Amino acid sequence: MSAGHVAPIKMYVAIFMALMVGTIVTVAVAFFDFGYMNNVIMLAIAVTKALLVVLFFMHVRWGTRLTWVVAGAGFFWLLIMFTLTMADYMTRGMIAGTLR
Amino acid sequence: MSDSYSQAPTAGGMPGRVAIQTPGNPHDGHSHPHHPKLQHHFDDMAQQAEASTLGMWVFLVTEIMFFGGLFMAYLLYRWANPMGFQEASSHLNVWLGAFNTAVLIFSSLTMAMAVRAAQTSAPAKSQVMWLVATMILGAVFLGVKVVEYADKFKHHTVPGPHFVWDGQYPAAAEIFYSIYFCMTGLHAVHMVIGIGIMLWITWMAARRQFDSNYYTPVEVAGLYWHFVDIVWIFLFPLLYLIGRHYGGH
Repeated sequence: MSAGHVAPIKMYVAIFMALMVGTIVTVAVAFFDFGYMNNVIMLAIAVTKALLVVLFFMHVRWGTRLTWVVAGAGFFWLLIMFTLTMADYMTRGMIAGTLR
Repeated sequence: MSDSYSQAPTAGGMPGRVAIQTPGNPHDGHSHPHHPKLQHHFDDMAQQAEASTLGMWVFLVTEIMFFGGLFMAYLLYRWANPMGFQEASSHLNVWLGAFNTAVLIFSSLTMAMAVRAAQTSAPAKSQVMWLVATMILGAVFLGVKVVEYADKFKHHTVPGPHFVWDGQYPAAAEIFYSIYFCMTGLHAVHMVIGIGIMLWITWMAARRQFDSNYYTPVEVAGLYWHFVDIVWIFLFPLLYLIGRHYGGH
């Protein structure tokens, strides 16, 4: 067969339900003030939801290793961009006279 | 890898291969050893499908970096204006945003079902049904977006000379809404393109182009659609939810 694991309908529905629950929880959490933890919880839920979509709806779970590497590289390079850019901006002015 | 199509090229030399490949009824499976959709530079259907999927993933990586630049801008300006971003975010309608999130997640389910229908050689009618459902949900999302954008124009929260802000942080709010329009706008453009792709795929499905041997276009369109869903999964909390618990305006 030309590539492709056929996932059971039940699994797709379960993933859908998990994504909906994640959405409800993230909205509920937003109405409470947990300080910086609001951001942590919000991002943890978003990353979990994204992973569910990538692994199951986008079939990466059953994909080749090459697909894993390519998909992973995209997100990894994104993190490099965030880290290096913020490392620059957040440290400006730390040495006297170097701001801007 | 056990079906007749993928085995065919190596099965005993195939002296009559060229003659057999002359155009004919593509459903006349017994008269030619190749699947009619197999391009000559691939060994078999599995390799062809894998190459297409990988190619799509490479494209999606460029898309991650495309949206990534905007996420970077968001991160930097929010870090620089934390209170202003919270104040600006608290003016977005969280319920419309949450409704749209649910709509997109549901559309991802119908898309996954469309791919599954093609994978399992389901009748063209059911393939078309799932694809049409996905397009309708995409259109609902865009409709809600129109309502939201219209509201911004009405309340003068569109960045530019007519931007008006009553709160404490007008400058940061204008930056927030610039980023809001760039990110949701680029996302909406992707949705429109997605619906366009889906129309084409639906047309192919209606003409019985897809079955368990060949469904790559549906699979690849699905990857695109799910990617656009993922972008929204991040946009929704980052834009709509950071000001909810913030009381200061």
